[in-house]
Amino acid sequence: MSVARILAARILAIAFVLAGVLAGLFSPPALAQSLEDMLAGLTDDPKAAIQMLIAAEDEKAKAAAAALAKGNLFIRIEDNAVVIAEKDGEQYVITNALTGEIEAMASAEELQAIVLDDEAKALLGGAGDAAAQDAGPFDFATGVKALNAEGFAEKGKAIEKLTALGDGRAIPVFQALADGRLFSRKSDGAVVIGDRSGNDVRLTMAETLEPAGIVAPDTLDVIFVNNNLRNVLREAIGRLGLLSAEASTRTGAAKALLDGITPDAVALLREAYAKESIAYVKEAMALALAAAELSDPDKARRLAAVAVLGSSSDMRVRALLQSRLGQEQDAEVKAAIAAAFDRIQTKLTLMGYAENLVQGISLGSVLLLAAVGLAITFGVMGVINMAHGEMIMLGAYSAYVTQEIFRAMLPPSWIGAYLIAALPVAFLVAAAVGVAIERGVIRFLYGRPLETMLATWGISLGLQQAVRMIFGAPNKEVANPEWMTGAIELAGGFAVTWNRLYIILFCFAVLGLIALILHRTSFGLHMRAVTQNRAMADVMGIPTARIDAMTFALGSGIAGMAGVALSQIGNVSPNLGQIYIVDSFLVVVFGGVGNLMGTLVGALTLGIVNKFLEPIAGAVLGKVVVLIFIILFIQKRPRGLFAAKGRAADA
Amino acid sequence: MREDLAALARPAPLLSLRGWATFLGIGFVLIVLVPLLNVLPSSGSALHLPDYLVPLLGKYACYAILALSLDLVWGYAGILSLGHGAFFALGGYAMGMYLMRQIGTRGVYGHPELPDFMVFLNWKELPWYWYGFDQFPFALLMVILAPGLLALVLGWFAFRSRVTGVYISIVTQAMTFALMLAFFRNDMGFGGNNGLTDFKDILGFPIQAQGTRIGLYIASVLALGLCFLLCRFVTLSKLGRVLLAVRDAESRVRFLGYSPTAAKLFAFTLSAVLAGIAGALYVPQVGIINPSEFSPANSIEIAIWVAVGGRGTLYGAILGGVLINLVKTWLTGAAPELWLFVLGGLFVACTLLFPKGIVGLIGQWKSWRAERQSYKTAEASE
Repeated sequence: MSVARILAARILAIAFVLAGVLAGLFSPPALAQSLEDMLAGLTDDPKAAIQMLIAAEDEKAKAAAAALAKGNLFIRIEDNAVVIAEKDGEQYVITNALTGEIEAMASAEELQAIVLDDEAKALLGGAGDAAAQDAGPFDFATGVKALNAEGFAEKGKAIEKLTALGDGRAIPVFQALADGRLFSRKSDGAVVIGDRSGNDVRLTMAETLEPAGIVAPDTLDVIFVNNNLRNVLREAIGRLGLLSAEASTRTGAAKALLDGITPDAVALLREAYAKESIAYVKEAMALALAAAELSDPDKARRLAAVAVLGSSSDMRVRALLQSRLGQEQDAEVKAAIAAAFDRIQTKLTLMGYAENLVQGISLGSVLLLAAVGLAITFGVMGVINMAHGEMIMLGAYSAYVTQEIFRAMLPPSWIGAYLIAALPVAFLVAAAVGVAIERGVIRFLYGRPLETMLATWGISLGLQQAVRMIFGAPNKEVANPEWMTGAIELAGGFAVTWNRLYIILFCFAVLGLIALILHRTSFGLHMRAVTQNRAMADVMGIPTARIDAMTFALGSGIAGMAGVALSQIGNVSPNLGQIYIVDSFLVVVFGGVGNLMGTLVGALTLGIVNKFLEPIAGAVLGKVVVLIFIILFIQKRPRGLFAAKGRAADA
Repeated sequence: MREDLAALARPAPLLSLRGWATFLGIGFVLIVLVPLLNVLPSSGSALHLPDYLVPLLGKYACYAILALSLDLVWGYAGILSLGHGAFFALGGYAMGMYLMRQIGTRGVYGHPELPDFMVFLNWKELPWYWYGFDQFPFALLMVILAPGLLALVLGWFAFRSRVTGVYISIVTQAMTFALMLAFFRNDMGFGGNNGLTDFKDILGFPIQAQGTRIGLYIASVLALGLCFLLCRFVTLSKLGRVLLAVRDAESRVRFLGYSPTAAKLFAFTLSAVLAGIAGALYVPQVGIINPSEFSPANSIEIAIWVAVGGRGTLYGAILGGVLINLVKTWLTGAAPELWLFVLGGLFVACTLLFPKGIVGLIGQWKSWRAERQSYKTAEASE
């Protein structure tokens, strides 16, 4: 329990006592005595006691009545005292109903509820309403504040009233509440909407929908809802949304109504459907209407509804049809439902494949980014750079440092641009380290590939340890800029997150850039010449040593940029490079050396195969299967899919 | 010329006279003196060898066998295996399974047959591949067969299709990586993340007792000696010469009518078996085996032991294995954050500055001195 809550409760208690003293000044002195009688009477003659409690002017009596109405009034078994108990986690905060003072917390076993019959409850109902009327005129701001009420019943009332206001601003608030993203700020109790941004939470004031800064999660209390309230919220969102001016909100509302709908909402939906002019919104509304009409007594209507639903590819429609299949009596309708169910099932399976494919391409593009630099250096110099993974890691840390610099030095509105700035920074950092490695170590080891492997491995250990000592071992958080968060929805509830999409695009852009460098610049020409025949290129006057250094810089720089991309989808830690290094090797081995096309095909194949195996074999076993597959594959094509042929093959 | 060829064809002696003297001398110190120094002097005496040092030395002996096994394939056949840690771990797991079965009802759950982790995972019966491991001879057989067969199959596939150089390194690295992922899974039935541990006794002797530890230590040193002689024998044989030739010019060997595949396969399999034996001796002395032994980093580290000691000399590998682990033990205690720098630096320095390792350094120094000597005598005669 938070300190602030205890403090608030204490202040409240003191207020009660003060109020009690004031009341004592103006009312008959016998009242304290009678409050005790009233409370004692609750167990013997509850109705009479409640009537007296409601009638009493005393604040403490009112508080007791309100607590009774909420079911918060208990008898403490230990001393038979009547107490107001409010649940806080496992324990209850205890306020003595007689004195109004806060006492030691108690567990549920120490308390006995005061049980009332229906008549007594009805009496109390009046008291609750009377209390509610005191709250003054109900507007959006008070409604939002009321969402932070203690009990679920109060929250439900607040939701109902907010819905009745018909204010579109309630939609995001409701949505946040349903998703568990609505918080009360511990410092001032303000109701805020929170969106995760890395380890922090980005806040929006619920009342005004204005941004309210970024804070750590432990400064917030979640406003809880139960499933029942979630249903209420969904329908409320649906009803509010149908009247919205925004087409996307109306679509969302129609979709929300798919899961369950009350007769009022059906009427509203019909109205909205009739007025709707945008085709895709109308479609969504038709679907929700059909879902509602699936249980219509009229057989023809049911059949029509099934026909509409069968054209959908929504998972929820499938569930709806499945549950309806069990209840349906009419054979004809039943057959129609079964057919529609099968149709949706097929569509969903296909969509599952499509989703695997997209995820596979996404994973493949990450692998490609990680491997392409390796493939270039291996191709040109015949050198396996075991420190390649650490170049990726350095790139990711460059992104982190750039972000921190942006946060510290530039206005907050610039923060979204840090990622763009991080790309050249990461390229330069990684390329510089790469050149240092090439000039300092690798160039002495040409013609001894195994030793190069060991030496670069040693360098990678040093780099990891250095980064660990500078930045610390724990993961660093690199936040996604706003334009990279969220998802884009493709046909039928199939979403691709923006960061994945950007990485795929970025990866192909990088690949195109490399192809351009290779085929359209003199540096690329020299690089290809050295790849084909180092000695001959040397004789022709190509400065092979400089080409080597530049190739290494290019390969490392690309790895650095890959690190920036990877910082957006995973953790940034000193071990980051190790995670990708084995996979990158496999891509290079699989695709063949020094061949961009091979790397591309190799990476995408591995990514897609991995993602398709995952649901069948599990993530780890899928990976093992892929590894075994590559070990076997290498038997058939020892030099990769796109091996160099002819004389170059035995270089 | 004819005599030279005849001398070449005659099998070289396993060790020279001086070699035998050194070998037996070191053996005597390790097998007789070390245990005696541990047992006889009272614990306060300056001559007393602390108890903890015995299993530590035993561990180093196991590392030395592992280094030896890698030297056999890398130094002599030119195959840089980056997956030798996997063979080591497989041997270790075979021994660990025997030790697990020996726990019997003394586990936390007291199940007569199932190891604790299986009871914990709610398994009802022993998986088939755990059968037989209650018998020590069967476990020993598996210590040899499990890594041996894996190496045989992998090597056959790889060498047959002439996968060489860095490719074989990557394939072996991928192999150990795959095994690590697989052994991390609880479903595999090898204890998942925690591996096998909490051993009670081996062949009826309590595993924690100092007497058992001395026994295991002596067994490790003996095994090291035997493995050394075996490797020496193999490398001096005709097969050993073919291996050397394969390392230096594989195509030429093939054109001369030899089969590099068979020679390499033999060396690779033998090496894997030796690594497995090292693992089997290692596990009872450290008391645990878990999937992290499969990690690619461990396997690469073995390569640096061999490189630092000196490749293609066998005794150099032993030297490197013991020396680097000594430094590691000391440094990870004294300044743990420096260890990776030192290891990384060793990788770089070793490949750049003294590619023939410590053993080669002595040779380099000798030849340098001899050169100076001849220069001086030439000067004096003038």
